[in-house]
Amino acid sequence: MATRKTAAKPATKPAAKPNVSKDDLLHYYREMLLIRRFEEKAGQLYGMGLIGGFCHLYIGQEAVVVGLEAAAEDGDKRVTSYRDHGHMLACGMDPKGVMAELTGREGGYSKGKGGSMHMFSKEKHFYGGHGIVAAQVPIGAGLAFADKYLGNDRVTFTYFGDGAANQGQVYETYNMAELWDLPVVFVIENNQYAMGTSTKRSTKSPSYWERGAAYGIPGEEVDGMDVLAVKAAGEKAVAHCRSGKGPYILEIKTYRYRGHSMSDPAKYRTREEVQEMREKRDAIEHVRTMLLDGKHASEDDLKAIDKEIKEIVNEAAEFSKESPEPALEELYTDIYADVLPQGEAV
Amino acid sequence: MATEILMPALSPTMEEGTLAKWLVKEGDTVSSGDIMAEIETDKATMEFEAVDEGIVGKILIAEGTEGVKVNTPIAVLVEEGEDADAAPAPAAAPAEAAPAASEAAPAAPKAPVESADVSEPDIPEGTEMTTTTVREALRDAMAEEMRRDETVFLMGEEVAEYQGAYKISQGLMDEFTARRVIDTPITEHGFAGIGVGAAFGGLRPIVEFMTFNFAMQAMDQIVNSAAKTLYMSGGQMGCPIVFRGPNGAAARVGAQHSQDYAAWFMQIPGLKVVMPYSASDAKGLLKSAIRDPNPVIFLENEIMYGRSFEVPKLDDYTVPFGKARIWREGEDVTIVSFGIGMQYALAAADELAKEGVSAEVIDLRTLRPMDTATVIRSIQKTNRCVTVEEGFPQGSVGNYISSVIMQEAFDYLDAPVINCTGKDVPMPYAANLEKLALVTTKEVIDAVNAVTYR
Repeated sequence: MATRKTAAKPATKPAAKPNVSKDDLLHYYREMLLIRRFEEKAGQLYGMGLIGGFCHLYIGQEAVVVGLEAAAEDGDKRVTSYRDHGHMLACGMDPKGVMAELTGREGGYSKGKGGSMHMFSKEKHFYGGHGIVAAQVPIGAGLAFADKYLGNDRVTFTYFGDGAANQGQVYETYNMAELWDLPVVFVIENNQYAMGTSTKRSTKSPSYWERGAAYGIPGEEVDGMDVLAVKAAGEKAVAHCRSGKGPYILEIKTYRYRGHSMSDPAKYRTREEVQEMREKRDAIEHVRTMLLDGKHASEDDLKAIDKEIKEIVNEAAEFSKESPEPALEELYTDIYADVLPQGEAV
Repeated sequence: MATEILMPALSPTMEEGTLAKWLVKEGDTVSSGDIMAEIETDKATMEFEAVDEGIVGKILIAEGTEGVKVNTPIAVLVEEGEDADAAPAPAAAPAEAAPAASEAAPAAPKAPVESADVSEPDIPEGTEMTTTTVREALRDAMAEEMRRDETVFLMGEEVAEYQGAYKISQGLMDEFTARRVIDTPITEHGFAGIGVGAAFGGLRPIVEFMTFNFAMQAMDQIVNSAAKTLYMSGGQMGCPIVFRGPNGAAARVGAQHSQDYAAWFMQIPGLKVVMPYSASDAKGLLKSAIRDPNPVIFLENEIMYGRSFEVPKLDDYTVPFGKARIWREGEDVTIVSFGIGMQYALAAADELAKEGVSAEVIDLRTLRPMDTATVIRSIQKTNRCVTVEEGFPQGSVGNYISSVIMQEAFDYLDAPVINCTGKDVPMPYAANLEKLALVTTKEVIDAVNAVTYR
């Protein structure tokens, strides 16, 4: 899966004309496409009754995680909400293990005991997958606290939505993160709808990143449909954190094409609004156009990538159906640990 | 007219203190707001100000006197030309705020039974003991574990520079620096979550709640994040964290500051719940809690902080979880309690012994895991059981113990189990009502009399 190859650079203004290599563009294209195809497949499996409960798809928001992962280094941490499939794929977790968790099977990341909203990977430094809106925000600051305490030169990406941005614990966390100069990037994925409530109907202070100013945290708004803009902003934020200056806020303007969850009829917005975003602002189309226009790839090259991604996703789906349900004994395991599973601090 | 100056109560639970230093001498003129003396409580040294103006006519308690009871006259303030010795005889020290309902005189005593105190099971024979308060025992436990493991740190409100709101962390910042003893803003939800994240990230946080009443603001992080992650991650990610602080009623602090949460936390799979009574258990169990790879709720009690017990002088004294301690062996009834409830249980057992009733007293020490096996074994012998706790009656710890006994030892029971609990009311402020709301020794004795059909 993805390897992190982009080192953090000192903060610079994103160039008007993106200076990006062919390989990087192809990498972003592949990563975003994987998330989209994976999510489409998850939607299908949900329709077939193979995935149950809540299932929150990331379709439309792919450029956010892919852009930020491009700004991350090995050992950096990430934590997010329940709309987490994209984050797991982008940080290199195995699509098979993610899909099998969605179907509640033994081969899933949590042995089928976590489900769509609760997955973890110590190996990939992915700390969940949290089902309670905004609970991951202080947890992310806590991960950054641990790195600072231990003298690790690492940064934690703490993702949350515009809905979570109205929770009190976010501001408790801002206050302490800045007070203690914690190396945490607060990433507000503003997809404009907290379930069915638009930002207009939930706040008169819709510029979420500016709220950080009350605590002394710098930040900025970022076009979340442009993976290069996200990456550039991510690099700036990471450089700020890694240099010991404390937290940074990125409010990334994005859009989810699907409902809040699979059972959301999305009556709170018009079909036209969604259609317009898809046609004019789609993040994958954006990279696709850059690849073709820049003669970095031909239609055939991209078709080959599409085919390859489809195969990965189909394999994951097959695995998620074939993997057995967890053994009944699993009901009573993993409630208490005898030894710390993630090991002691390093 | 001469005015008596009385020893002040400087905290809700202060009963006596040391008159550390007089800052005035006889003959000095003072006006209201002048600092007259320094008074040392078990928590802090505080300055004591004059509230009236006048001349210090006589100092009644010399500086350096320890154990001066609250409301004892410590000095007399006179007006110009007045003679301190001519002051009216000091009024009798104010009576108890309200006389307690008189404890019913025990029925005609039977032959007293031998008290059968049992030595602590976790301490080797012949170990040297030191008299230690629960407060010091908790501090020592944290200090020892922080010396042992660099990843252990303490965070909470007023834990560092202030040395702890209840002085539990006294001296820790000096030894371990502000890097490891961290003052937080007043933000329980936030710092509980930061603690959980730090535990995921490889540290072993001790999160102090100034009282567990304030942990309600952090309940989501404790229950949803700390307790469930191991399970939700299929065993990949544990949360080694201790949430500790005083729990239950203190004294005269009203409904929002006087609640026992033992039964709440005990309900949650994934949490371990500890509620020690003695100082040695407080120390040994806290050390075990800090080493445990799981989230531990460690419920202390403000009233117990100043109580002294014998603590073993051992380099590394730990007490395992899930092992009850039998404080007294007995034949006629089993009294099961934990935490501060133990003081009622033991006092009742003393009284009952005088009446010829032999009570076995069990301290559960940890509520999750709970050593119900020891309780069941005891009931197989005594056939009767009374539980004692300060929490509310509905859904109490005693209710759970009763159900376990019913399922596992029904045929051994000669009487229904009685749960002695706090009353089913928010804690009132008035002294007399507060007393009524709490469980009492008399209620435990009455319950024992009921289950023994006396």
